[in-house]
Amino acid sequence: MKYIDEFRDPVLAGKIFSEIKSVTTGNWVIMEVCGGQTHALIKNGIDQLLPDKIELVHGPGCPVCVTPLELIDKALQIASIPDVIFTSFGDMLRVPGSKKDLFIIKSEGGDVRIVYSPLDAVRLARENLDKKVVFFGVGLETTAPLTAMAVHQARIEGLKNFYLLASHVLVPPAIMALLGSPNNRVQAYLAAGHVCTVMGWEQYIPISEKYKVPIVVTGFEPVDLLEGILMVVRQLESGRHEVENQYARVVKREGNRPAQELINKVFMISDRKWRGIGTIPRSGLVLRPEYAAYDAESAFGINDLSIEEPTECISGLVLQGLKKPYECKAFGLKCTPQTPLGATMVSAEGACAAYYAYGRYNDGAAK
Amino acid sequence: MKKEINPEDFASCPLPISSHDTIQLAHGSGGRMMNDLVQKLFLWAFDNSELNRQDDNAVIEIDGNRFTFTTDSFVVDPIFFPQSDIGELAVNGTINDISIGGAVPLYLSVGLIIEEGFPLEDLRKIVVSIKNAAEKADVSVVTGDTKVVNKGKGDKIFINTSGIGVIKHNYKIGPEYIKPSDMIIINGAIAEHGIAVLSKREGLSFETSITSDTAPLNDLIAKIIETGGDSVHAMRDPTRGGVAATLNEFAASSNVGIRIQENQIPIKEPVRGACEILGFDPLYVANEGKLVVVIGKEKAGATLNAMRAHPLGKDAAIIGEVVSENPGMVSMQTGIGGWRIVDMPVGEQLPRIC
Repeated sequence: MKYIDEFRDPVLAGKIFSEIKSVTTGNWVIMEVCGGQTHALIKNGIDQLLPDKIELVHGPGCPVCVTPLELIDKALQIASIPDVIFTSFGDMLRVPGSKKDLFIIKSEGGDVRIVYSPLDAVRLARENLDKKVVFFGVGLETTAPLTAMAVHQARIEGLKNFYLLASHVLVPPAIMALLGSPNNRVQAYLAAGHVCTVMGWEQYIPISEKYKVPIVVTGFEPVDLLEGILMVVRQLESGRHEVENQYARVVKREGNRPAQELINKVFMISDRKWRGIGTIPRSGLVLRPEYAAYDAESAFGINDLSIEEPTECISGLVLQGLKKPYECKAFGLKCTPQTPLGATMVSAEGACAAYYAYGRYNDGAAK
Repeated sequence: MKKEINPEDFASCPLPISSHDTIQLAHGSGGRMMNDLVQKLFLWAFDNSELNRQDDNAVIEIDGNRFTFTTDSFVVDPIFFPQSDIGELAVNGTINDISIGGAVPLYLSVGLIIEEGFPLEDLRKIVVSIKNAAEKADVSVVTGDTKVVNKGKGDKIFINTSGIGVIKHNYKIGPEYIKPSDMIIINGAIAEHGIAVLSKREGLSFETSITSDTAPLNDLIAKIIETGGDSVHAMRDPTRGGVAATLNEFAASSNVGIRIQENQIPIKEPVRGACEILGFDPLYVANEGKLVVVIGKEKAGATLNAMRAHPLGKDAAIIGEVVSENPGMVSMQTGIGGWRIVDMPVGEQLPRIC
């Protein structure tokens, strides 16, 4: 497959591994921000092949994980209303609220549908004028232009039965919040390539300068990730802190201007609560007043919910690189891959699931 | 503005709900939730040594003759998909579940549940598919049943098929006979059926030449047994949950570890491309004409060659081996040389956000 296989080439990957080994002298903690990159690192077993001196920690860039529990509960309430067609991307359906998930709402008779593009939700609104169609838009800057386009399109068509429940978060404020924390251990960042496809990488320059951290915009294939790690380590070893672009085949310095204009036309920046982190100033997107008619929260009169979060699981700390999975009291006892307490144990690719395997088998997680 | 993060503020990440008071779709998707239902309800209720083997068929001994018996229901939507339909699928699925125990399939039953208002022309097409598939596999449909439900109480048509086959050899074939050092062979490229069906699903039409791989495996299996003899330890068709679910079932039921090699697993380019776009792992996508064979090392090469000489096995490949380490676990060496765990799926794969 062109543009994929080149970036999964084992010979090339092997060369970069050797290069990383030869340049690494210090102990370095590197965070990849995006959940897609975490997924790719573990799926390809890259973390196990790196020198021990390099520690990868997994950042908060999983929009599903950081969506506040009360917003999920609001989504479940709206999806339960008769005459509502509730649409979202597939992986939101299994995300639990405080008691139910969207699959359960569906089994109770709610009209919940997976869409592959927010514009499919607009199409459903057009085809079902007697129903109210809600799109649950969750994501980083990568998917924000799609959501914005859907709202914009609904307005152009004059659709009165399309609504948006939005939870779009912005990456740079989250990186700043982590770097500004007294507990911070992260010395360098792999910035999320696809976020930068939309937003460009200029906005990371002041962060790199202020906190003196190397930031390398990185892609998602094994060779991309290895090259990103190599570039970051070279900066760390030479005491530099710059923004570099590994993903230059896709990401431009200024990003995608028309996409940014569309985001700015429909959304404005606001404070946003991140699950596990709390409220981060100016880190989210909300609809501008002129698009208020499309806001599902006000249209359905769902008041602010107050939800108690469970506290037993420390996956948030694991994601910050502050605790190791085995430091959790529930790890391996109450929390196992069969009975997970948190997202990091749920899938085989999660950090806790991988550590669980290491603990059980001394010769490695898998081998 | 400086934002302080208090570690104690960290609560749990969202975790899938695993206990339910009502039946969810994932209870029927071949993953962990279905497995849980089987273990806690069905095995508890019907507890017997044959059922407890948890193979896709039961082996029944009557007067010294051994037979296999199996049943399967088909609810696929859409009912017509590239190169095939629900009728052909219903015949091949049951033939394959009979054959994987090493039996020769003989007789089928066909039960139809049809929604009021279903076009007779569509029913005719499906019945012709059933007829053609049965003839191709040399089995007879000897009994059947038809029920019609009110409009809206069923989705077009559901089909149940049951089947009986006879075991004509004395070999013991089943997941309980898998042992370390066995080799794992697959008869061809994976994930085609699931992607073909998905490509026709509402809201996701994409142009593709991918067709369902549905096929009766009985003839191929006869060749495998002829060549492999008592070295054939287990066979299974990796349908729902894909190759990953089948290998996990094997690892769990024989308490062995399984290691596979990513770069040895056959997969066609359009299928890989579709999986990349949808964010699917092809190891978890359904097949309807694939066969995973676990065979003693001594006969693996000869059996592989015999499979490659058969039309349904020309792309057959050895994809891994059985080991004694890490019992119950399936792991895979990735294309770039790392290792990852290939876990049992929880429910259906969901397309990712990004």
